[in-house]
Amino acid sequence: MTGPLLSIENLTRDYALRGKGGATRTLRAVDGVSLDVGAGSIFAVVGESGCGKSTLARIVMALDRPTSGTVRLGGDDLFALTPKALARKRRDFQMVFQDPYGSLNPRHSVGRIVAEPLHLLDDAPRGRERAALVARALEDVGLPGNAAERFPHEFSGGQRQRIAIARALITHPKLVVADEAVSALDLSIQAQILRLILSLRDRHGLTVLFITHNIGVVDEIADRVGVMQAGRLVETGTVREVLDHPREAYTRTLLAAEPTLAALGQRRRRV
Amino acid sequence: MLAIRNLSIAFPGSGGPVRVVDDVSVEVGRGESLGIVGESGSGKSMLSLATIGLLPKSARTSGEILLEGKNILTMSERALCAVRGRRIGMIFQEPMTALNPAMSAGQQIAEGIRLHRRIGRAEARAEALRLLDRVRIPDPARRIDSYPHEMSGGQRQRVGIAIALALKPDLLIADEPTTALDVTVQKEILDILDELVADLGLSLILISHDLGVIARSTDRTLVMCRGRAVEEGPTETVLRHPTAPYTRDLIAALPRRARAGLAEEPHAAAGGAR
Amino acid sequence: MTALAKVPGAVVRLRRGWRPGSGALLVGGILTACLVGIALLSLVWTPEDPARMRILQKLKGPLVSGLLGTDHLGRDVASMLMRGAFNSLTTAFAAVAVGAVLGTLAGVAAAAGPKCDAVLMRICDALFALPPILSAIMLGALLGPGALTAIVAIGVFMIPVFARVTRGAAMQIWAREYIMAARMAGKGPVRITAEHVLPNIAGQVIVQVTIQLAMAILTEAGLSFLGLGLPPPAPTWGRMLAESQTYLLQAPHLALAPGLAIAAAVLGLNLLGDGLAVRLDPRRRQAS
Repeated sequence: MTGPLLSIENLTRDYALRGKGGATRTLRAVDGVSLDVGAGSIFAVVGESGCGKSTLARIVMALDRPTSGTVRLGGDDLFALTPKALARKRRDFQMVFQDPYGSLNPRHSVGRIVAEPLHLLDDAPRGRERAALVARALEDVGLPGNAAERFPHEFSGGQRQRIAIARALITHPKLVVADEAVSALDLSIQAQILRLILSLRDRHGLTVLFITHNIGVVDEIADRVGVMQAGRLVETGTVREVLDHPREAYTRTLLAAEPTLAALGQRRRRV
Repeated sequence: MLAIRNLSIAFPGSGGPVRVVDDVSVEVGRGESLGIVGESGSGKSMLSLATIGLLPKSARTSGEILLEGKNILTMSERALCAVRGRRIGMIFQEPMTALNPAMSAGQQIAEGIRLHRRIGRAEARAEALRLLDRVRIPDPARRIDSYPHEMSGGQRQRVGIAIALALKPDLLIADEPTTALDVTVQKEILDILDELVADLGLSLILISHDLGVIARSTDRTLVMCRGRAVEEGPTETVLRHPTAPYTRDLIAALPRRARAGLAEEPHAAAGGAR
Repeated sequence: MTALAKVPGAVVRLRRGWRPGSGALLVGGILTACLVGIALLSLVWTPEDPARMRILQKLKGPLVSGLLGTDHLGRDVASMLMRGAFNSLTTAFAAVAVGAVLGTLAGVAAAAGPKCDAVLMRICDALFALPPILSAIMLGALLGPGALTAIVAIGVFMIPVFARVTRGAAMQIWAREYIMAARMAGKGPVRITAEHVLPNIAGQVIVQVTIQLAMAILTEAGLSFLGLGLPPPAPTWGRMLAESQTYLLQAPHLALAPGLAIAAAVLGLNLLGDGLAVRLDPRRRQAS
């Protein structure tokens, strides 16, 4: 395959809002976003709440439709596919969500949760073969294979996020979208999950679209980064370019607001 | 100002009492800001609830929390009511749930003022306006009549701070006050808190999981892990020269950028990120 | 009520591993089990044939003739009460089954699709406007009084009750991220409802069933009292109450027996519902 794995072109999404007195106005959640993500790379989209980054993720995952623009995955325009073809295509892209407590059905066993995307495969293995596949997926994310028989509430937040990652990887997708996938975790757990994602990228050649509000996390994990503000991608480039030599004023504001240990000792002087 | 001595908090559990805070001692002086840092389940929030006498009824405590010599743990509910608000103000993580959705910002601030001081309605409103200006709400004359749902998260948190300030407390407790906010808004809120400590001579207890926040806004830091105090001292000393392995792990788990200010890489017990 | 509420508390402390809601669950469970047991027993055995009249034995007091005395036609009150339990319960069960099945289906469908939602909820609003007693009178005029009239009248009234409860609960489930994950797995709304939504709201539906059963027993008694329930000679609690009116001063036990039976049944089912509500709440279950 030539060219980028994921190619987003001029993507726009409007929502109709009902204002006062029944008048409708449109909210442009995503505004003319274009970006390419090369196979095997990690692209981070960073921005503050309401900037449209989650809407972007939902559209890339074909959970929502754009108002205009295209999303190409491996050359196929997702929104030009027939529903049947799109369903077949879904095995190539999966998602990891923010809340490890809300993203796993509490009444399903871990094995059933992890196996859920196998629904997408016509030739999905059954019985013992399926159980072995699930066990391997769990071991791949650093969980014991026998975790499959247990239930989500028996696991910590970090372990649950590993379960969610195992689920996203079971169909061997080419692209994984992680929407604030480490934001709800304690710092030490966050570092572990980031390392896991990096190692999965190295082992399986995974492509990741990583949605986050945390610049520190971008620096840790991404190859390229896009800064989003009010639905627009204001600056795109390699992580080093954007974080070390930001061109846009907004990027600089964002970087300056980040709380770091560099503030140590400045407090006394300020006061 | 406030001295916590050998505080333990336990809850009855199925396998005997569960200690959520275990023999913690710490002091906050006038005009000083204390940071309490720890991961989820470290007991840092329980410590702050105990300080304003809002622990759940089933909690068992030992030790003492002395507010200018008086033990909060043994106070009557009536005495506690006087302490809450007037002596100690509380700022919550999610201002939306801490504010009354049916009252305008000005009403909620004025309510607190009039509850503790005998002043007229107009006077209370003027005071509320002054407080909104103090927390740097843009266009306070218009915002005073806004309802919580009409405001952004940052503005709501400013109103939350104004409510806490309304009774002129000596000590502010802020439990993860910026966790639900964007970084740019977080910076503004922390700036306001810094200013209050500097200008009004307030004492501040700032509870956070974020070492970056602790680093910029506190004089002293208490590191908690599973209910225990693992390290305590001047913030700069604790973060630059941590002695406890747990503190070192916490610093090592920070993203590289966040620990950029450190001269040397900490030696983590379990290795840093990547 | 207060006496009953205190008893479980005392039992509770004696046992280890006691969980919240257990008192209500225990008392409600025992009362409901007794009720169902007596109703089933009446099919194979009653002290007397509940329809057998013995005019010479009429209006005897409790323990003078039979356990609970006799009515104005000399029928054995205890036997009528037992058979009445069966008649009341079957009508109530059937009515709640109609309401629960149709209402739950409407509720989950409304939660799954915004288009369904508007239509179904307007229909529910319309159904809600019909009080069961009035619709039973209208139905009675159409179909004639009988079990079917009572079942349809009560059941239809319960559809919107169940629809509202399940719609609200299902909408909360639809907002969870695991639903998004299921959509990422290519599953459609019907399948997601079956696999993810229904199992997670089953507890709330079961709780609602017990509470509505109590409602249905009360309403059925009301309909029988008005002569719109099962036709005579089949005994029902409501008609026993109605017939006792004339003899209220001579033979107060005729009113007391069915009255207490209704109260005990309603109390038992309500306590069972409360207890189940606590026990089936997954948050509390996980905490224990």
